[in-house]
Amino acid sequence: MISPSSSWLIWPIIVPLLGAVLCFLAGKPPRRTGLLFAVLTGGASLVLGWQVLARGIESHALGAWRPPLGISLRADGAAALMVTMTAVTGLAVSIYSGGYFQSRLTGDDRDRRRLAQEQYFWPLWLLLWGALNGLFLSGDVFNIYICLELVALSSVGLTALSGKPPSLVAAMRYLLVSLLGSLSFLLGVGFFYKTCSTLELAAIIGALAPTPPMIMALALVSAGLLLKTALFPFHFWLPPAHANALSPVSAILSGLVIKGTWYLFYRFWQEEILLAAVGALPAILGGGAIIWGAFQAFSQQRLKMLVAYSTVAQIGYLFVAFPLLADPAGMGGPALFYFAISHSFAKGAMFLAAGTFLLQMGHDRIDDLAGVRQILPVSSFAFALGGLSLMGLPPSGGFIAKYLYVTTAITQGRWWLALLVVLGSGLTAAYVFRAVAAILSPRLLEERPQLAVAASMQWSALALALMAMLLGIVATLPLALLGVK
Amino acid sequence: MVWQNWLLVAILLSSMVPGLIIFSLAESNRGWRTALNILGATVKMILVLVMIVGIYQGRRFAVHLRLLPDIELVLRADPLSALFVALSSLLWLLTTIYAIAYLEDSPNRSHFFGYFSLCVTVTIGIALAGNLLTFLFFFEMLTLTTYPLVIHRGTPEAMAAGRVYLLYTLSGGLLLFFGVAWLHALAGQIDFSRQGVLLPLLAEHRLSLILIFAVLIAGVGVKGALVPLHGWLPRAMVAPAPVSALLHAVAVVKAGAFGIMRIVLDVYGLPLSRELGLLMPLLLLAAITIIHGSLLALGQDNLKRRLAYSTVSQVSYIALGISIGSPLAIMGGMVHLVHQGIMKITLFFCAGNIAETLEIHDISGMNGVGRRMPLTMGAFTLAAMGMIGLPPMAGFVSKWYLGLGAIDQGMEWLIAVLVLSTLLNAAYFLPIIHRAWFKEPAAPWPGTPGPTGFRECHWMLVAPPILTALLSLLVGLLANSGLSPLAWVRFIVATRYGP
Repeated sequence: MISPSSSWLIWPIIVPLLGAVLCFLAGKPPRRTGLLFAVLTGGASLVLGWQVLARGIESHALGAWRPPLGISLRADGAAALMVTMTAVTGLAVSIYSGGYFQSRLTGDDRDRRRLAQEQYFWPLWLLLWGALNGLFLSGDVFNIYICLELVALSSVGLTALSGKPPSLVAAMRYLLVSLLGSLSFLLGVGFFYKTCSTLELAAIIGALAPTPPMIMALALVSAGLLLKTALFPFHFWLPPAHANALSPVSAILSGLVIKGTWYLFYRFWQEEILLAAVGALPAILGGGAIIWGAFQAFSQQRLKMLVAYSTVAQIGYLFVAFPLLADPAGMGGPALFYFAISHSFAKGAMFLAAGTFLLQMGHDRIDDLAGVRQILPVSSFAFALGGLSLMGLPPSGGFIAKYLYVTTAITQGRWWLALLVVLGSGLTAAYVFRAVAAILSPRLLEERPQLAVAASMQWSALALALMAMLLGIVATLPLALLGVK
Repeated sequence: MVWQNWLLVAILLSSMVPGLIIFSLAESNRGWRTALNILGATVKMILVLVMIVGIYQGRRFAVHLRLLPDIELVLRADPLSALFVALSSLLWLLTTIYAIAYLEDSPNRSHFFGYFSLCVTVTIGIALAGNLLTFLFFFEMLTLTTYPLVIHRGTPEAMAAGRVYLLYTLSGGLLLFFGVAWLHALAGQIDFSRQGVLLPLLAEHRLSLILIFAVLIAGVGVKGALVPLHGWLPRAMVAPAPVSALLHAVAVVKAGAFGIMRIVLDVYGLPLSRELGLLMPLLLLAAITIIHGSLLALGQDNLKRRLAYSTVSQVSYIALGISIGSPLAIMGGMVHLVHQGIMKITLFFCAGNIAETLEIHDISGMNGVGRRMPLTMGAFTLAAMGMIGLPPMAGFVSKWYLGLGAIDQGMEWLIAVLVLSTLLNAAYFLPIIHRAWFKEPAAPWPGTPGPTGFRECHWMLVAPPILTALLSLLVGLLANSGLSPLAWVRFIVATRYGP
C-alpha cells in the first residue's frame, strides 16, 4: 500500500512515464498531450521540492516492500533540488518545443519528416524526464542502473531525431559510449552486491572501505559515470552530439542529462574516505576540462558548437571542486550544487536562444550573426544573460557559485583551485563575448526578413535565463532546500 | 521607518524601470522614450534630494538582503555615497537631454537609451553599496551595461575598442572578485559603515592584508585608469559623445576612483593603511599617473583623445588626496570627484558639439571655432580654465586643498607635482583656446546658419554644457557657502574621517 504521507514521491516519476506512453500511442504529433504532461510533471516536481523544504526528507517504499527487496524512493534536499531544477529547465524546454515544432512547419514536402520528428520527440522527452527523476530519487543501485539506461537510450533517440548525417554519426557514437558506460556501471554494481550483499545505495556507501573488491567496484562505477558525464578527457563524444541535435534536445542534453550522471558520481564520492584518498583525481580532470574546453569553445566557428564546448568546460567546474567537499563549514556541497543548477538554467537558455538564431537565419555561423538582435531581441538578450551566468558575473547563480568556490577554496588554503576558478572565468568570458559581441552587434540588417520564430520560443529562453539571474539574488531558498539532510 | 529604506530602492528603480520599458519601445516611438527618460531623471533628482536632506538631518537609510548564510547585499546611504549619487543624478539628467538631441535620427536609439538608463542605475548602486560584495556586484554590472554603449556605432573600430575595453575591465573585475573573496575568507562580511574591523587581523595576517590591498586596488584601478592600467580609456573614445561624457565624468572612471576611496577609507581605514605602509605606494602611483597622463595628453591632436588622457591625469587627484591622508587632502580629493565630473562633462559636451556641427575632430583644425560657436567654446574655455586650476574655478579649490593637505602631512614635494601638473594642464588646454578664439579659420564653415540668422546647433546640445560650465564656476566661487560640494565634503570628513 502507498502510505499517504509520503506517496507524493512517486508522482514526479509516474506522471511523465504515463505521459510518454500516451504520447507514444497518439496517432498524430501529440503536442497538446506532451505539453499537458510536461506541465503536470513540472508541477508534481515543484510540489515535491516544496514538501521536502517544509517537512524534511521524504522516503517511500514502493508496494510496502522494505529494502533490501523492494524499490525504495528517497528525497533528501540534494535530490529534491535536482528534481526541482529538472522541472524548471524541463518546463521551459517543453514550452519552447511547442513553438519550435510549429515554427518549423513550412507547408512543403519536408514537413512529413518534421511531423515525424515531433511525434517521437514528446514520448522520448517525457520518458527521459521520468527516468531522470527516477535516477535522482532512487534509493538502490539496481533501480539507478535501470534509470541510467532509460536516460541513455532516450537521449540517444532524441539526438538522432534530427536525421542529418552528422547527428546520426554523433548519436551512434553517443550510443556506444553510453552503453560502455552503463556496462561498466553494471559491473561495478555486481561487485558491490557481491561484497555488501545489498543494493541499497546508502548501505553501500556506508560500507565503503579500501578493500580490493570495493576499490574495483568503485573504479568501475566511477569510470562508467565519468564517461557518461563527458568529463575531460572522456568528452570527445559530447560536442558533436549536443551541437547537432535539434535545439530543444541540445538544451536537454547539456542542461539536464549530464547532471544526472554527475549527481550519481557525487553521491559515491562525497564520502570523506574517498575524498581524502583520491579526491584530487576528479579535481585534476576538472581543471583540464576547464582549460581545454574553453580553448576549444573559443576556436569554434559555429554558435552551437561553441556552446557545446562550453559545456565541456563547465563540466570541469562540476568536478574541480570535489576536494572542497571536505569543508568543515560544509560549504563545498552547496557550491557544487549551486553551480549545477545555475549551469542548467544558463546553458539551457543559451541553447534555446541559439536554436532561435539557427531557425531564423538558417545557419549559426558566429561571424555572420551580426544584426540578429534586431529580429530576435528577446532571445539575443536571453543568450547574453545566460552567458553572464556562465562567466560568473553578478547578478547570477554562476556568480554565487563562483563566490562560494573561491571563498571556500581560500579558507581551506587551496590557492591553486581559487586561482584556477578565477582564471577559468576569464577564459569563459573570452569565448562568451566572442559570441555575444556578434549577437549584440549594432550593425543594421539591410533588409528585414520575416520573423520565422514563435514568440513562445524567445520568451521561454528568456524565462530560463532570468531564472539563472534570479538564483543570483535569492540564493537562500535553494541553499535551504539543499540543507535538508 | 520603512519608507526610508524603500527610498534607496526607489532611487535605483527610478532609472531602471524606464530603462527596461525603453528597451521594449519601437524605434520610432520618440515621444514616449523622451518622456520616460526625462521623467525618470527628474524623479530620481527629487528622491535624491529627499535623501540628502534626510542624511543631513541625521537619518540613516539602509536595505539588507541576505545573499548567502554569512553575507548580505547592503544598500546604505552615508554622506559619501550621497556625494556620488547627487553627482550622478544631476549629470545624468543633463546628459540625457544632450543625448536626445545628439542621437536624433541615428539608429538603435531604444537600445542606446535602455543601456544608458541601466548604466546610471548601476552607478547609483555602486554609490549606495554598503559593503564590498555589494560594491563588486554593481561594479561588474557596470562593465556589462557600458559595453553596448561603447560599441554603439558598430564600426570595426568600435568593436575593437569594445574588445579592449572588456579585456581590461573584465580582468580588473576578476582581480577585484579575487580580492573580495579573499578578504571575505579572512574576515567575513565587511561593512563600509564599521571602521577598524580589520585591525585585529594585523598581527596574524599582515602579508595577506597587504596583498589583498594590492589586488583590490589593481581591480578598481583598471576602471579608475591608474597608470599602467589606463590603456582602454583613450580607445573607448570611439563611442558617441554622450557616452564618453558619461564614462569620464560619472560612471566608469569615477566608479574606479570611488572604489579606491571606499577601500582605503572604509575597508582598511586610514590607521591600518598607514600601519601597513600602503599609502605611500598608492601616493606615488597617483602622482605618476597625474604627470604621465598629462604628458600623453600633450601629444594628442585628436580632441577627444586629449581629453581622455586628461581624464587619466585628473581622476588621480582623487587617489592622491586619499593617499596623502590628512583631512584637508581628503577633502581636496573627495571634492574633486564632483569638480572633475562637472568640468570634464562640459568639455566632452563641447567636443561633441564641435564634432557634430562642424565635423572637426582634431585640434589642428579648430582655428576660429570660437567665432562660429561662441557659446560652446565659451563653455569649453570656462571648463578648461577650471581644469587648469585658475582661481576661482572648481579645479582651483581641489588643488588648493590638496596642497594644504600635503603641507599638513609634511609632504612639501607634492606641491611640485601639483605645480608641474598645472603647467602641463595649461600647456595642453591653452593652445586649444588660443586657436579657437584668435586664429583665422582655414576655410568657410560647412553648412549655413539657420533661418534665424545665427544658430550654433540644437539648443539641447548647447544648454547642458553652458549649465555645467557655469556650475563649475559657481562651485568654486561659492565654495565656502553652505550648499557647495566643498561644504558637504567638509561635513563628510568632519563626521567620519576627522583626526
